Amino acid sequence: MLEGRNLKIKRGGSIILDVPSLSVQSGEILSLIGPNGAGKTTLLQALACLIKPSQGELFFKEKIVSSNHVLFQYRRKLTMVFQEPLLFDTTVFENVSSGLKIRGLKRTEIEKRVDENLERFGIPHLVHRSARKISGGEAQRVALARAFAPQPELLFLDEPLASLDPPTRESLIEDLERVLRQTGTTTIFATHDRMEALRLSDRIAVMNRGRILQIGPPPEVMNQPLDEFVASFVGVDTILTGRVSKKDKGSFLASVMGHEVEAVGEVELGETVVFCIRPENVTLSPPFPKRATSARNVFTGKIKKVIPMGLFYKVQLDCGFPLVAYVTSHALEDLELKEGKEIFASFKATSIHMVRKKLSG
Amino acid sequence: MDLILEGILKAFYLLVTFDPEVMKITLLSLQISGTATFISLIMGISIGTIVALAEFPGRRLVVSLINTGMGLPPVVVGLFVTIFLWRNGPLGFLGVLYTPTAMIIAQAIIATPIVMGISLAAIQALPKNLRLQILALGATRLQMVWILVKEARLPLLAGVMAGFGGVISEVGASIMVGGNIKGYSRVLTTATVMETSRGNFDIAIALGIILLLLAYFINLILTTIQQRERPK
Repeated sequence: MLEGRNLKIKRGGSIILDVPSLSVQSGEILSLIGPNGAGKTTLLQALACLIKPSQGELFFKEKIVSSNHVLFQYRRKLTMVFQEPLLFDTTVFENVSSGLKIRGLKRTEIEKRVDENLERFGIPHLVHRSARKISGGEAQRVALARAFAPQPELLFLDEPLASLDPPTRESLIEDLERVLRQTGTTTIFATHDRMEALRLSDRIAVMNRGRILQIGPPPEVMNQPLDEFVASFVGVDTILTGRVSKKDKGSFLASVMGHEVEAVGEVELGETVVFCIRPENVTLSPPFPKRATSARNVFTGKIKKVIPMGLFYKVQLDCGFPLVAYVTSHALEDLELKEGKEIFASFKATSIHMVRKKLSG
Repeated sequence: MDLILEGILKAFYLLVTFDPEVMKITLLSLQISGTATFISLIMGISIGTIVALAEFPGRRLVVSLINTGMGLPPVVVGLFVTIFLWRNGPLGFLGVLYTPTAMIIAQAIIATPIVMGISLAAIQALPKNLRLQILALGATRLQMVWILVKEARLPLLAGVMAGFGGVISEVGASIMVGGNIKGYSRVLTTATVMETSRGNFDIAIALGIILLLLAYFINLILTTIQQRERPK
């Protein structure tokens, strides 16, 4: 549906966006994730033709978006929601109808669509209120209703939930998810929250420094990050570098800071590899366990820090190399985990995602 | 003290009796300053908006010139308008010197930079992404500009007040290019100057009070609109 080729944007002599190719299928929800300044907003605005790329082409339904006329036609097919609601200084009704008025729709049609979209986002009671006198969460709902009202073929969302408090965000993301599934609108969604991305998207693109480092379905990006940056951004807390010391059929041993770690995969002897271990795959057990475990990577570690993360705890360990595990509050009590305590940590060889240094450059 | 009291009584008398001379002067003042303000609105808001939105080399210089223009001394404007409209001047053939038209021209020149400067500031003060948001709702450039002007309407109204206030109370240029001709180009300010110089303090005070009331009521109306427009 939408395809960018060789998009480059230069500012002040340096390249702030460099995307050789990106395509979005009809009905797809693509998330752009990455830290602040990764180029997510720039890419969104370039794809929405709000800023002009220094180089490259954009195709919408196989047609190049170039001349002013085509560009204008293209913009009528899309809408965008920013991080700030950017509502107009008038009533909620006038705000939601603005995109429809711009398109010159009839009054009856406008009223119908406004009602429908206020209903969708649970705010019909705000219709006659001033947009300057509603809460931040309500304002963002109005902004979303305004964006959906013209029934866009393409929807661009630039961190629309980022400045909301967690409960408001949670209820809004539920509604947004429902409306997106109902309407099947092709959406490109920039966020720095990987959980939002995981929840909403069909594909995730991880960005840094104006480039897309990896793009794929959420499980693939989460579990098989292509490099250390992607790994750390998608929530892999433990990233270890090791050298292959012993090789077997399908599995191998690598030396990580003097400790032998077993992993699976085809490697060369002496090769440097990077191990990505997700914290939810690390199991903690009391020292001197008698019970058997299928995990072959068992290490003694000292607890350095226990960090509450809401429903679970993040435990930072020193096993001779740093290791991070997630535990439930129940397990925390059960194992009497506290700083300074010694504990056994284990993870399965198959739960390690390996990045071959040679390949990732 | 008697002088002031007498003046106030006289003003009251002139007002309630609808003194034809005073009425004529007042109406002419409103007509000339109203027309000049209207012209300055069209010029000021459009150019101010363009400068606020456009990127071009030398933009900084243009903005500083507009801001300087906001404090244009009326006598200087009067001087140059007189020179231009002088019989042998570049626009002398128009034959409008010492007419209300010349006064409208001079006052419009004074008010335009005021309205322009305030429009420029008002449009620039809108959130940076608002332009992109409007375009991303499918607006043409013209629709975008119109929506932005609507968004900035409250500060723009302040521009109208400042522009009108500037010209209704201005005397230097009006006297130079209008000539203070009785029944033709005599307005409240020029009449006040004349009556004061003649020692007719009572009439001068009366005219001054009318001028003050006029300025007050016009601003009251605009302020009411502005405050009512404020979202509740």
